[in-house]
Amino acid sequence: MTTRRSDAIDYDDRIAPGDHGRIYGTMAEFATADELLAAAHAARAAGYRKVDAYTPYPMEAVVEALEIPRSKMPLVVLAGGIIGGLTGFFLAFTTQVFIYPWNVGGRPYNSWPAFIVPTFECTILFAALSAVVGMIALNGLPQPYHPVFNVPAFSQRASSDRFFLVIEAVDAKFDRGETHRFLSGLNPSEVSEVEL
Amino acid sequence: MATLDLDRRNLGGIAPLDEDEVLAPGHTPSTITDKITAIVNDRTPRWWYAAFGLSLMVLGMFLTAVIWLFWKGTGIWGINIPNGWGFAIINFVWWIGIGHAGTLISAILLLLRQNWRTSINRMAEAMTLGAVACAGMFPILHLGRPWLAYWLLPYPNTMGLWPQFRSPLIFDVFAVSTYATVSLLFWYTGLIPDLATMRDRAKTRVSRVVYGFLSLGWRGSIRHWNNYESAYLLLAGLATPLVLSVHTVVSFDFSIGIVPGWHSTIFPPYFVAGAIFDGFAMVLTLLLPLRAAFGLHDMVTDRHLQAMGKVMLATGLVVFYGYLIEIFFAWYSASNYEWFMMRNRIGGPYKWFWAALIVCNGLIPQLLWRKSIRSNVVALWLISMVINAGMWLERFVIIITSLHREFLPSEWGMYRGTIWDWMTFIGTLGVFMTLMMLFVRFLPMIAMSEMRTLTPGSGSHGAAEEPA
Repeated sequence: MTTRRSDAIDYDDRIAPGDHGRIYGTMAEFATADELLAAAHAARAAGYRKVDAYTPYPMEAVVEALEIPRSKMPLVVLAGGIIGGLTGFFLAFTTQVFIYPWNVGGRPYNSWPAFIVPTFECTILFAALSAVVGMIALNGLPQPYHPVFNVPAFSQRASSDRFFLVIEAVDAKFDRGETHRFLSGLNPSEVSEVEL
Repeated sequence: MATLDLDRRNLGGIAPLDEDEVLAPGHTPSTITDKITAIVNDRTPRWWYAAFGLSLMVLGMFLTAVIWLFWKGTGIWGINIPNGWGFAIINFVWWIGIGHAGTLISAILLLLRQNWRTSINRMAEAMTLGAVACAGMFPILHLGRPWLAYWLLPYPNTMGLWPQFRSPLIFDVFAVSTYATVSLLFWYTGLIPDLATMRDRAKTRVSRVVYGFLSLGWRGSIRHWNNYESAYLLLAGLATPLVLSVHTVVSFDFSIGIVPGWHSTIFPPYFVAGAIFDGFAMVLTLLLPLRAAFGLHDMVTDRHLQAMGKVMLATGLVVFYGYLIEIFFAWYSASNYEWFMMRNRIGGPYKWFWAALIVCNGLIPQLLWRKSIRSNVVALWLISMVINAGMWLERFVIIITSLHREFLPSEWGMYRGTIWDWMTFIGTLGVFMTLMMLFVRFLPMIAMSEMRTLTPGSGSHGAAEEPA
């Protein structure tokens, strides 16, 4: 899964350049949401840019702390909805007016008010499909392998009750020893290196 | 079945509840995860086998009835002329209406920021999917040649035929298939983070692989959550007008026709209200036994029951108003046919159906005005069952009392369901229960990732909000 689908995840699984060693990054584990939030602010303030947080539920405050750009989802869904609406209407219009005109009680072939229902339903259908497919694609999923799962604590508890902050090796400021010390100072329950 | 005992509250260190709370105090993200994953990961309770076996038997009855239908044709049913629409359409409308509550809970209440929806939305959405699956079968079974059902879809074909886009029956195809698809997408999207939890908590390699596959490799990255939250909110925004449109379109099947009692502009709002009314009744019908069986009293609290009782009361009043205004307009229309239809509905051969309908949907739900009734599990469950039956009767009354006395006395006739009609209808309850039993056994029935936001100190909007 090397295709880049969005700049938001551009660096996600890129191999660390140079001689940082073959690691993905350094990971700190936090017991509470507040500690993670504070750490996210601190990492940003310290000049780290390639930082990702992992939480068991959505946390808008962390999104803001890491200055993650607004999601492109609304645009994707808008485009899907417009395409769907046009598809629905022109499906009805072209078949009823040109391909298969059928006189029902003297109504005009282009009886557009009746076409509103299929138009509306297709709008919703295409928009919903683009919301789900778009979300999966923008997130670079499905992704069968990711280095963060190499940390045992992560693969056991990241999806339940623990909060993780990863400073990635591709960060310009990343230094194996320095970054480790920096994360250790943020009151984590554990700091570990993420192997590739 | 000792596990069904209402007093077996598996609270494990969780403090007792205040009546306003949507989640018992003392819960943390880890206790929520433990409790909900345990339902799936622990040994299958014995009652589940009994319930699943019973569901499969009823499902077998459905298959028997359907095989015989395919062999003989719709002549085995009670439909005739003038009653061309019988059980199949009654059941279709009933089931599709039931599905609406799931979407209402998951989408509309999300947009309205009602945090009591959180613990019941997953189950309600699963109920929607089961109900829509049952609903969708009836129009197809009713086709007579069900193997040609794909003719309903617009696709280029060598016959040069296209669907008639002015027909409400084609509207139905679009509305119901869109509804089924969007409900599935919404449910699955909500499940992705929880499937990741199930993957991480899996006890066997097979379940780890299956949950891992279904979770798409979800890892809870905050960048992913950012897109996810946006997508989920957009889906809710899309599902909201969709759910209102679906029963509106279903009501067009009737109101666009000229049959007395059907040709009425009140049908769309009245149908939508009826759908939500019945849907909430079905949610309670399922939720109350499941809550007792799995000891979920700390997550599905008294506040949930109060809120659902109030929604049923409010929508029930809208429905009852619909019944009364139908009578008024039948008279006010000054149409002989409309007024005859209404007098025949109230005093004709099917008068007992109408009377039962008024008792079930108009009178008995008034008990919900009392707070003590809304908190009484047994009373609430019984009222829900009465409403389920009442809403089925409503569709029977709308369809049959209008059809059996059409414009010309020479075409009048009576209708009754045959054994095959009943087997098909009761059989779909087996289909529905089978799907629900599989759901509670293999998927997390409460949205864990959302429940975690309700815990104190979650740093998320869910917890900050006081119960309104």
